[in-house]
Amino acid sequence: MSLVTPLSRVLGLGSAKEGTEHWWGQRVSAVALTALGLWLVFAIVGLDSFEFAAVADWVRQPLTSVLLVLTVLTVCYHSQLGVQIVVEDYVHAAGLKIAMLMISTFVHVLLAAVGVVAVLRLAFGTLP
Amino acid sequence: MDRVERPLSPHLQVYRWQITMALSILHRGTGLALSAGLIVFVYWLLSLASGPAAYAQAQALLGSGLLKLCYAGWAFCFFYHLANGIRHLVWDLGRGFEKHQISVGGWIVVVFATTATLVFSLSTIV
Repeated sequence: MSLVTPLSRVLGLGSAKEGTEHWWGQRVSAVALTALGLWLVFAIVGLDSFEFAAVADWVRQPLTSVLLVLTVLTVCYHSQLGVQIVVEDYVHAAGLKIAMLMISTFVHVLLAAVGVVAVLRLAFGTLP
Repeated sequence: MDRVERPLSPHLQVYRWQITMALSILHRGTGLALSAGLIVFVYWLLSLASGPAAYAQAQALLGSGLLKLCYAGWAFCFFYHLANGIRHLVWDLGRGFEKHQISVGGWIVVVFATTATLVFSLSTIV
């Protein structure tokens, strides 16, 4: 007689409690970033100058604002997944590992929040 | 308890360097460097959203000569990570695993990343 519940047999995840989400999330964000990353590079190359007015006007264009928000969010997610793997692979002391994973998570969420607010402030704000 | 001195499995130092392992390590290295670059990019956006004065301050900080070298480095990291990431995605589809395909794909990635870095740096940073 098996003591496995019908639900856990269907989910098939075992004691790890998770499956391929990390791997799959990394692939999906990677595919998105091939497009978003190339857009960003071409857009930056295409900027007339790096003076405040030129760059701010560029960020304020609706399409730029949307793509920048998407880029910031996707990059932060992809970066968080990557740093997590590197820490898990090379940091073996349990306490240090958990601390570094937490710090990495906090920093990535902070970067995402700052990046999104910065773009939205330019898009909807009243800066010159 | 004393550690038992068992033989260890062979590691990096006993293998002859090959393009496959070098590029694999480089993929992680460039990824980490790009994560660091993300901080600079977000700082740049924040300064922009904080107004002309803050942006001018950031420009002065970010525009120094030494940092320009960093931007060329980050450009290489970006183009390399992008191209090699696509190489990884092809592998995920189950293709390109023959020995010669792996080497050729690797060299294509290196040549692309170097060329794109040169073009980007010459057109933007210099």
